[in-house]
Amino acid sequence: MSPARTTATPGAGPLALARARDIAESVPDPELPMLTLSDLGILRGVTAEGQRIVVALTPTYSGCPALHEMRGDVARRLAAAGFADAEIRTVLSPAWSSDWITAAGRRKLAAAGIAPPGPAPRRPAGGPVPLTLTAGRPGLRCPACGSRDTTLTAAFSATACKDLYRCQTCAEPFEHVKEI
Amino acid sequence: MGFDTAYEAIAEDTGDQRWAFGTGFADPLAGVDTTVPDGVPAADLAAYCLMLGDDALIMSHRLQEWLARAPELEEETALANIALDLLGQARLLLSRAGRADGTGRDEDAYAFGRAGHEFRNVTLAEATDADFGGLTARLLVFSTWRLALLTRLRSSRDPVLAAVAAQGVREITYHRDYAAQWLLRLAGGTDHSRARIAAGLAAVTPLTAELFEISDPERALGPAVAPDPAGLRAEVGTVLAAVLEQAGLAWPDAPGRPDMAGRRGRDGVHTEAMGQLVAELQEVARALPGATW
Repeated sequence: MSPARTTATPGAGPLALARARDIAESVPDPELPMLTLSDLGILRGVTAEGQRIVVALTPTYSGCPALHEMRGDVARRLAAAGFADAEIRTVLSPAWSSDWITAAGRRKLAAAGIAPPGPAPRRPAGGPVPLTLTAGRPGLRCPACGSRDTTLTAAFSATACKDLYRCQTCAEPFEHVKEI
Repeated sequence: MGFDTAYEAIAEDTGDQRWAFGTGFADPLAGVDTTVPDGVPAADLAAYCLMLGDDALIMSHRLQEWLARAPELEEETALANIALDLLGQARLLLSRAGRADGTGRDEDAYAFGRAGHEFRNVTLAEATDADFGGLTARLLVFSTWRLALLTRLRSSRDPVLAAVAAQGVREITYHRDYAAQWLLRLAGGTDHSRARIAAGLAAVTPLTAELFEISDPERALGPAVAPDPAGLRAEVGTVLAAVLEQAGLAWPDAPGRPDMAGRRGRDGVHTEAMGQLVAELQEVARALPGATW
């Protein structure tokens, strides 16, 4: 953001920009509505270009169908607050990582019964395939009872960003945000 | 407030009832700088994006055919998610092609407006699967090869290709792990499951040669933009050999395809199965030109 740009026009001065940022940051994710776009780490910037507010979003996965909805939600909420011509830009690089989910986002996921991701794997791309059959991430904490005796039941789930586990202690099945 | 369908509920605020299917979606490259870098031939870049996009689109379509046919609900969900990742990669790459070739065609124009011989995917992507063992073998080979390719493409001189590749690497790594896990399970299961995965490997082997043959766009762009696929052979061979060794399976000896006279999917020469796939893919778009759904 360039200060000269944001102070030049009253339509998108620092106060207006701060208000636009608050609005964009508070838009809920359409598939994980307990999280805001800011919690999820996909909101990459809110800036002003002249009078126009520019919001930058990064998709979680290449095919994430929610991005279409997120763009519309951000534009509609900004328009309702008087930012009629906000532009929503897609930022592809660097690619989103689950490490970008904020601490608040992780707390909200756990409170909603979804295990938050651990640190994203740092294994080199194109490296070897794991050659042992796995039961998922060892010691993943059950969001219902806190037990670490949990096991992977499916490597994919209802959305691209999650897989499925079951707690061996309380028998509760739960979703987990994958580490990428 | 009641809704007749889930799509109405999702679209409550927008009146737009499409959700993750159909045509006419927002440009996936909206706001992305798609300037072709200096010194990169734009027509070849477009052709290259089309090749890689078609690999993803056609493989995605074949995976979608497994919906309601997979052996378990969990695997159906897995295959749908893998298909969705690939469809996302295809959308970005086909959109990139339309910007680079100057025609301004969008993803729908490429997916629904081309004849079968205009698709440039490798024939491995279009092959039908006899059973889940066949799919597992094909998905493992496809993912291993595409991962090796995208890993190199991350440092392409074209920043859009590099960005699509960087995202794709993470997705395809997961797909490859999934397929490898299933290959090990099937090989270590019953005699029947072992025979099925062995048959799957035998079926895909003749389709592997063309994965490592350079195409005209790759030659024209050079390795700084488009890695030479011949350079992927060693890595792909090493990865697959490790999985097969763990599974106690041998890589089958199989001849190349005798019917192709040296021509490949990259040249627009496809198998009979491709015609049926394209007809199904385009059926609604051709029946109702310009419709969005």
